[in-house]
Amino acid sequence: MAAKKELLILAEYSQNKIHPVVFELLNKGQKLAEKADLNLSVLLLLPKKIDFSELIAHGADKVYYMEDPVFANPDEFIYKENILSFLAKAQIEIVLTGATNFGRSLAPRIAAGLKTGLTADCTALDIDEAGNLIQIRPAFSENILAHIKSDSRPQMATIRYQEFKKGTADRSRQGEIIALETKIKDNPNLKDIKKLSDREINIAEADIIVAGGSGVKNGEDFKLLKELADLLGGQLAASRDVVDAGLIAKEYQVGYSGQRVKPKLYFAFGISGAPQHLAGMKEAETIVAVNTDPSAPIFNLADYGIVADLYQVIPELIEMLKN
Amino acid sequence: MHIIVLIKQVPEMDKVLFDSEKGRIDRKSAGVEVNPFDLNALETAVAIKEQTGAEISVLSMGPNRAEEALKEAVARGADNAYLLSDQKFAGADTIATSASLAAAVETIGAYDLIIAGEMSVDGDTAQVGPQTAEFLNINHAAYVSELISLNESEITIKTSLWQANYSKSFSYPLLITVTKDINTPRLPSFKAKLKARKAEVKNLTLADIKEKLKIDKVGFKGSPTWVDNIVVPAEISRKTKVFSEEEKESAYHKIKEILIEKNLMED
Ligand SMILES: Cc1cc2nc3c(=O)[nH]c(=O)nc-3n(C[C@H](O)[C@H](O)[C@H](O)COP(=O)(O)OP(=O)(O)OC[C@H]3O[C@@H](n4cnc5c(N)ncnc54)[C@H](O)[C@@H]3O)c2cc1C
Ligand SMILES: Nc1ncnc2c1ncn2[C@@H]1O[C@H](COP(=O)(O)O)[C@@H](O)[C@H]1O
Repeated sequence: MAAKKELLILAEYSQNKIHPVVFELLNKGQKLAEKADLNLSVLLLLPKKIDFSELIAHGADKVYYMEDPVFANPDEFIYKENILSFLAKAQIEIVLTGATNFGRSLAPRIAAGLKTGLTADCTALDIDEAGNLIQIRPAFSENILAHIKSDSRPQMATIRYQEFKKGTADRSRQGEIIALETKIKDNPNLKDIKKLSDREINIAEADIIVAGGSGVKNGEDFKLLKELADLLGGQLAASRDVVDAGLIAKEYQVGYSGQRVKPKLYFAFGISGAPQHLAGMKEAETIVAVNTDPSAPIFNLADYGIVADLYQVIPELIEMLKN
Repeated sequence: MHIIVLIKQVPEMDKVLFDSEKGRIDRKSAGVEVNPFDLNALETAVAIKEQTGAEISVLSMGPNRAEEALKEAVARGADNAYLLSDQKFAGADTIATSASLAAAVETIGAYDLIIAGEMSVDGDTAQVGPQTAEFLNINHAAYVSELISLNESEITIKTSLWQANYSKSFSYPLLITVTKDINTPRLPSFKAKLKARKAEVKNLTLADIKEKLKIDKVGFKGSPTWVDNIVVPAEISRKTKVFSEEEKESAYHKIKEILIEKNLMED
């Protein structure tokens, strides 16, 4: 009997841990693999071997890994060379990877190396009757959902973080762990690579977000929003206009060209609600908007709107929460 | 030093109307412009030219009217413009586009640096840059937000990967994709615009690049992916409860209720 073909999750191992999107993909991948009659496997490249049992408990049938100090740094060229050498021999039907910056930079190289199709930033996936992968992604400023298919193998897609839920661990699951040889360890064109700083702000995972837009007049005033955010145990965020104006750092930007967020509660203070901003936060569970202009488009999306001055509302909210 | 900038002409996405019944944009409802991220790519090249005297070529694949985008690039400081245009390129996905662009780059000749935008506002994949680098078998750096230093033999950039900021130094050739943070594109002068109108745009067709092409077919036929179906998502319409200035207090109560309901109150 021929071995079952595989659905492979290309796992990002960064900051000394497996990126959480990998566990979301394992949960979704289990369902897809079952429907398409595939094995579910994970490939990790990492500087030092770790305990892989969590991956198996979350659904992996096989864990492939390459261990080498060269994987302590994000060098796409070395990664793609080694991944391509593995994929050339493997029986892979589908490759999924997280749409992190690194994933979005690496996956296209692999797809081009294999001359196979790749769909970016999927928000949903399915299997059709013939067993092909349906790759679903928003397009044209999120106005449509395009269902994309590939006629080449493997079928590849990058998937946004926090689209799928992490599943529960089943510690009785058995899986195989397979060490692979790191074939390419040198990139003659890369002269130096070093980490400058960690990005400490991570608005993507916050439960509560307090966002400010052009209604906030200067950088100093963001302290007011920060005070509210701190009081709620939430995270500060911003629209692009205030980022562009230099009032706050780019890491805080929500939207099409910033972060996509899905908090339980999103406060929009002095944000008009342009489509590019909404693209980043429209899936928040509950949205509260404060804007002096009753016709601001943000009021069409918000669950609760307050037509008032943010400079009055925020101190009053802080006051109430303190009591 | 020779720099090639990849430029795409796109619909003006903030003006274009969307036909939700047909599930596509109404291209006639708005004009076209240079993909905003590609203006940052071009500005990066122009800044290098000012520092080193580099020569800048701009390359676009698209229909004839994309000539306008290339002329604008000349007005903004490019020296040579190439339009890769052929009926047979129609319907290309990112693989077919990148393979064609890579073949055009090799046809244009020797280069040190290729600069692309982070993404195009209509394609929105951020794939064409890295894929072009792969077809050329050269290194790339994506999400470049700063040019830290550059000389005749080496370039050092800042990029954001793995939830951190990294600096990377490369020897040439290299392809980079740049984010909006790298610079603020300057507007072309009136004089430069006038001169650019007369600029010559060199045409490349499939026949011109065929020798260098690494895929068998181009355009739709050379594209492994296709759009099978288009679904217009149900508008996330929320029932909005609007509180006026006078009703602020009830709004605050509501917020408190939500916090308790969602278990978000800090103890
Ligand atoms: C390619 C592209 C990508 C983009 N990507 C993004 C993105 O990722 N994220 C993003 O946010 N935008 C993005 N934009 C920009 C977007 O189109 C809007 O320009 C931007 O979101 C507007 O920001 P704003 O709501 O803060 O400002 P404005 O539109 O100026 O709105 C300010 C609002 O504040 C209100 N206001 C003023 N004073 C007060 C006060 N005292 N109290 C209460 N309310 C007050 C006003 O009534 C107004 O509604 C992008 C645009 C393009 C073309
Ligand atoms: N048809 C094209 N012609 C020239 N450059 C392109 C083309 N398509 C994409 N690019 C370049 O690739 C970048 C990323 O585009 P995309 O992969 O479509 O998001 C753009 O910012 C351009 O620099």
